[in-house]
Amino acid sequence: MRSLGAVLLLALGLILATRGAAAPDESQLARGQRVYQKWCYPCHGPGNDKPGTVAMAARGQKPAVLEDRTDLTAAAIKFPVRQGVFFMPIFRKTEVTDADLDAIVAYLMRNNKPSAQK
Amino acid sequence: MRLPPGVTSKDFSDALKQFAEAVGKDWVFSSDDDVALYRDSYTPFWHEEEEPIPSAAVAPNTVEQVQQVVRIANTYKIPLWTISTGKNLAYGGSAPQLSGSVVLDLKRMDRILEVNERNHYALVEPGVSYFDLYQYIHDRGLKVWIDPPDPGWGSLVGNALERGCGFTPMHDHFDAHCGMEVVLANGDIVRTGMGALPNSKTWQQYKYGFGPYVDGIFSQSNFGVVTKMGFWLYPEPEAYFSGNVTVPKRDDVHALVEIFAHLTHSGVVQGTTSVIDMPSFAPPDPQLAALRLSGDTKALEDYLAQKGLGYWSLDLPFYGPAKVVAAQWEYSKEKFSSIPGVRFREVESHRFPLDAEQLAKVRDPVPLGVPSLGVFMNGGPRGHGHMDFSPTLPMTGEAVLEAHAVLDKAYRDLGSPTDAPPGVPVFAFFPRALVILYWIPIEHDVEKNKRSRAIFRGLVKTAAERGWGEYRTHTAFMNDVMDVYSFNNHALRRLHETMKDALDPQGILAPGKNGIWPKHLRKEKA
Repeated sequence: MRSLGAVLLLALGLILATRGAAAPDESQLARGQRVYQKWCYPCHGPGNDKPGTVAMAARGQKPAVLEDRTDLTAAAIKFPVRQGVFFMPIFRKTEVTDADLDAIVAYLMRNNKPSAQK
Repeated sequence: MRLPPGVTSKDFSDALKQFAEAVGKDWVFSSDDDVALYRDSYTPFWHEEEEPIPSAAVAPNTVEQVQQVVRIANTYKIPLWTISTGKNLAYGGSAPQLSGSVVLDLKRMDRILEVNERNHYALVEPGVSYFDLYQYIHDRGLKVWIDPPDPGWGSLVGNALERGCGFTPMHDHFDAHCGMEVVLANGDIVRTGMGALPNSKTWQQYKYGFGPYVDGIFSQSNFGVVTKMGFWLYPEPEAYFSGNVTVPKRDDVHALVEIFAHLTHSGVVQGTTSVIDMPSFAPPDPQLAALRLSGDTKALEDYLAQKGLGYWSLDLPFYGPAKVVAAQWEYSKEKFSSIPGVRFREVESHRFPLDAEQLAKVRDPVPLGVPSLGVFMNGGPRGHGHMDFSPTLPMTGEAVLEAHAVLDKAYRDLGSPTDAPPGVPVFAFFPRALVILYWIPIEHDVEKNKRSRAIFRGLVKTAAERGWGEYRTHTAFMNDVMDVYSFNNHALRRLHETMKDALDPQGILAPGKNGIWPKHLRKEKA
């Protein structure tokens, strides 16, 4: 069950980025970008009309656009998709499959700095 | 593992195996983690035992698989709760009414079967979202518009069946549908309207077919599983224009709504709009809050005038040929000019098609037939969701004033944490009625949610005493709302039950949907 503690852990995860997996191939990144565009962009894209971006900015997360982040972890991406967070609802596997979610993770972590990949 | 009510562990296990044979094992979900994905993200029962939780979910990909699932459910008396895209947030999301139901998840059935540009219609499956159909049309450069509701990730089929609304001239979504395909509880398939004629050439062009028009019984009901639905689309207009009308006095609402009713019933104004009371929508201010509670109308009118605001505000949307749109605005201004102190303002003007750069500058793309999720900003960055209390009212100024007075007072008396409710718009969603909409927040706090549920139930009763009933409601309140539609000793509910018993004698389809319970659960649940 979601709790404030879980949300705080998520926020911590966003700050303390780590990554241990091998670099994804191009097809995985392309799939991730495609799935992100369909399912995430309408809320997390750039612009003042994107409620996810506006909310993350209001909560002090920088940069607020997910695609611009270089410090995201797999857990920090998967948790809100499968558990929901604030007004973001849960996404089912008929919407975003586990393989789709892995591809989103690969896409959003593509620009992580090596120093963050500990 | 959670079990459906009255179903043995062995029968449930056998049913799940057969579901897997029908749809593939990857599309039957029964682990706790997977089932948790079907919770209502905006449930008013967070951290409470009453929260309805399914026992499993099954996701067919074809109508034949839906038939198989329904037949298996009949064999084992498994209750099925059907969802389309599962994004009916504020009304129950993807969670069932009855805990232990198996969610019949139709999201994988996401085929756009036809978009006809010459006769302006589409035929789609339940998993098609407004975003999906918009993208399909956009990619092909077709000159037709969809009519999205506020959140664009919903299903055309699901939203229309819930009798939802959008903003363009096609805003009444059930009214805009034409033809259905339905799997009945016994697994049989029916096509309605002209779809009953093999090789019909007009399934999406003529609604009524031959004999009784049955489409209505599959909306807000549990009499079948709709697997295809046709929709009339709006031909891309040449122009859109919206103008704003404000009037200075509280009692001006009578003339404002009467003139608006004449304009919209005449077809001069075609899109959805709302009657906005500026006292509840003006920027927050302690002086304003005190004036709202004081009941001093003159002082409130003076305050709003000082701020350069009217007492009431109404946007008028116009769609069509540019010359006609301009003439409609001029005609509307002429009519409203009979109200002393009326002010007019041009809000938006567009010629179509818009390119991406032009579209990005649009304040709200939804009235232009472009889906968005922008509405989710309304709850603030830390909001956890909401429920909508939304009764229908006559399209009169008297009704607007009475509803605000009666329901605002009830909202306070029932224990609202705020002295006055936040902005309460009165929408003209439907052709001849208004809908007043109270946004009641959901929290992850048991006591606050108990209070919100009590407020909601109190508002349902208070509204019903005045003759105002909800057009749609959250699963948590379906019994409460059905209960007030009680003419002649609940004759309508008894008719629903008669149909339920005839069409679904084992009561496997969506028990409790809109207060319609199968015979074996009727005494216990209704």
